[in-house]
Amino acid sequence: MSANQTLGRYGEDRAADYLCGLGYTILHRNWRGPSGEIDLIANDRGRIVFVEVKTRNGQGFGHPFEAITQEKVSRMRRLVAQWCEAQQMVGARVRLDAIAVLVSGGKVNIEHLKQVC
Amino acid sequence: MSLAKSYAVSLMGLAGTLIEVEAEISSNLPSFVLIGLPDASLSEAKDRVRAASHNSGLSMPARRVTINLSPASVPKHGASFDLAIALSIMAAGGLVRSESVAKWVHLGELGLDGTVRQIPGVLPALLGAKIAGFKHAVVPLANLAEAQLVDGITVVGASHLRQVAKLHGAEIQSDECTSEVHVPKQSASQTTPFLIPDISDVIGQEEAIQALTVAAAGGHHLLMVGPPGAGKTMLAERLPTLLPDLPLREALETTAVYSIATNRVALNSGSLITRPPFEAPHHSASVSSLVGGGMGFPRPGHISLANHGVLFLDEAPEFQKPVLESLRQPLESGEVIINRSAGTARFPARFQLVLAANPCPCGRLSGKGQRCVCSQSQKLSYAARLSGPLLDRVDIRLAITPANPAQMAIGNQSQVERKTSALARVEVANARLAAAERLSQTPWFINAQVPGPYLRNQLKTQPAITSQLDRALDRGVMSMRGYDRCLRLAWTSADLAGRTSPTLEDISMAIYLRGSENPMEPR
Repeated sequence: MSANQTLGRYGEDRAADYLCGLGYTILHRNWRGPSGEIDLIANDRGRIVFVEVKTRNGQGFGHPFEAITQEKVSRMRRLVAQWCEAQQMVGARVRLDAIAVLVSGGKVNIEHLKQVC
Repeated sequence: MSLAKSYAVSLMGLAGTLIEVEAEISSNLPSFVLIGLPDASLSEAKDRVRAASHNSGLSMPARRVTINLSPASVPKHGASFDLAIALSIMAAGGLVRSESVAKWVHLGELGLDGTVRQIPGVLPALLGAKIAGFKHAVVPLANLAEAQLVDGITVVGASHLRQVAKLHGAEIQSDECTSEVHVPKQSASQTTPFLIPDISDVIGQEEAIQALTVAAAGGHHLLMVGPPGAGKTMLAERLPTLLPDLPLREALETTAVYSIATNRVALNSGSLITRPPFEAPHHSASVSSLVGGGMGFPRPGHISLANHGVLFLDEAPEFQKPVLESLRQPLESGEVIINRSAGTARFPARFQLVLAANPCPCGRLSGKGQRCVCSQSQKLSYAARLSGPLLDRVDIRLAITPANPAQMAIGNQSQVERKTSALARVEVANARLAAAERLSQTPWFINAQVPGPYLRNQLKTQPAITSQLDRALDRGVMSMRGYDRCLRLAWTSADLAGRTSPTLEDISMAIYLRGSENPMEPR
């Protein structure tokens, strides 16, 4: 595992902990579909939440959210449809969220954007 | 606070519309949306503002930022909105006090490093802001001198985005923005003294100088016909030196036009233009360059830059016919209305027209004209290029003959006797004062503006004076229009001499200045 992959894994763990703290139930982690991967899939009181987690070590390359491009978002939307199909949950109430995990100087900062599009 | 606003000004011609710059930060993935009818250069503000904020240590929020420029129906152009956009985003993000930002007008273009760059049109923009009731404005430091010409509005000059942020309460630990208000450097005198044209440079040509003085005093348009090298251009260049300083209102108007004309040097000095401008476009000039035009947005042309000054058309018959004819309407109304796709603008165009022409295409048709090689038809078609309607508006038609060797010899010896521009300017100012006083009950203030009927009624009581003109009219050698023109010139001549009404001497002077009905014809 490369350093970046380790950091990404660490960020996803922190994000999962954070969502659990909010009372969400984690359904899947790193679910793979035909179009790619969804980092976290959780259940927020009946609503299925698909989460893209971006982790950065310091802000030298901009804010983590800035790395979520429009292209990434449209891929997520395709994956949401594919997941619903696979789970036979077509028509479920869904939501797309983004979580930024910022690690700097031993501190972890989590930002959560709900319903990004 | 995720919603804030600031103000900027959109210019259409000289008219400024106050633009509310609203910023909203919504919790969504980072993006920058700019709406409200921006043009291409304004749309690029997104990237300038982002880079400038980042490089000033005032980073943009990593959320969706929406900027709305209101009223949305007004087309907006240029980079002068950058500063207002940056400040409204900072206010929405809570970096600066939003109630402070909302009270100020911010004008300025941003560099990628956060420097605040000079913009055109600061003077008319601030006049617009003042009318809208604003009391405070931030302008680029380079425009501060110009901005300070507007009274009743507190102006702060900024050279960097950080200074502006600090002004509105941003917590910046930096020593580079210690002072908020800068005093502009006093620029040294623009021209070295020996380069300033003066009427005393002209050798001989006493009649021409007298005619020039009359033109200056009465604001009469002037046509000079003479062979190459006779001194037409030299004389025309010296007409502005005879005109008095512009009164404040006219000076502000002139400076405002120069301020929006981006290609003008005066923009850099930014100080009030108090001397009448002199515009001498080349004869290849197009209609748009002369009366105004531009791509999409209306821009002032030479006639507006010559507002309250002199427009000199050298080699006038060489101008394209439509270009010359386009002058007729502004000559009448003193303003020009330019329609472009983005909107309509009204520019002032109250200029004094000076035309210069050769007597014929080869230029040698003076004196007896024996060396002229032009055919009769060539001469006629050349003369016909200056149309009747245009020449109708020209009061003084002057034949210029070259100074002869004797005059040159005398001229070179007796430097002291020649009248200087400063001296002539005093005479002109006094004459203008006398005319303005006489015309104080009318809408006009210089003789050139007075219409014929008013002139004729005023002189009715002195038939002995006008008998010379009446006789010419009876014999058919003078038209009614020519008659009026003579009266107008006679009044100016009287004003110059300090007389309360024209005498026979003034009428003779006027007849001389009016020249022949067909000015291109050799006498």
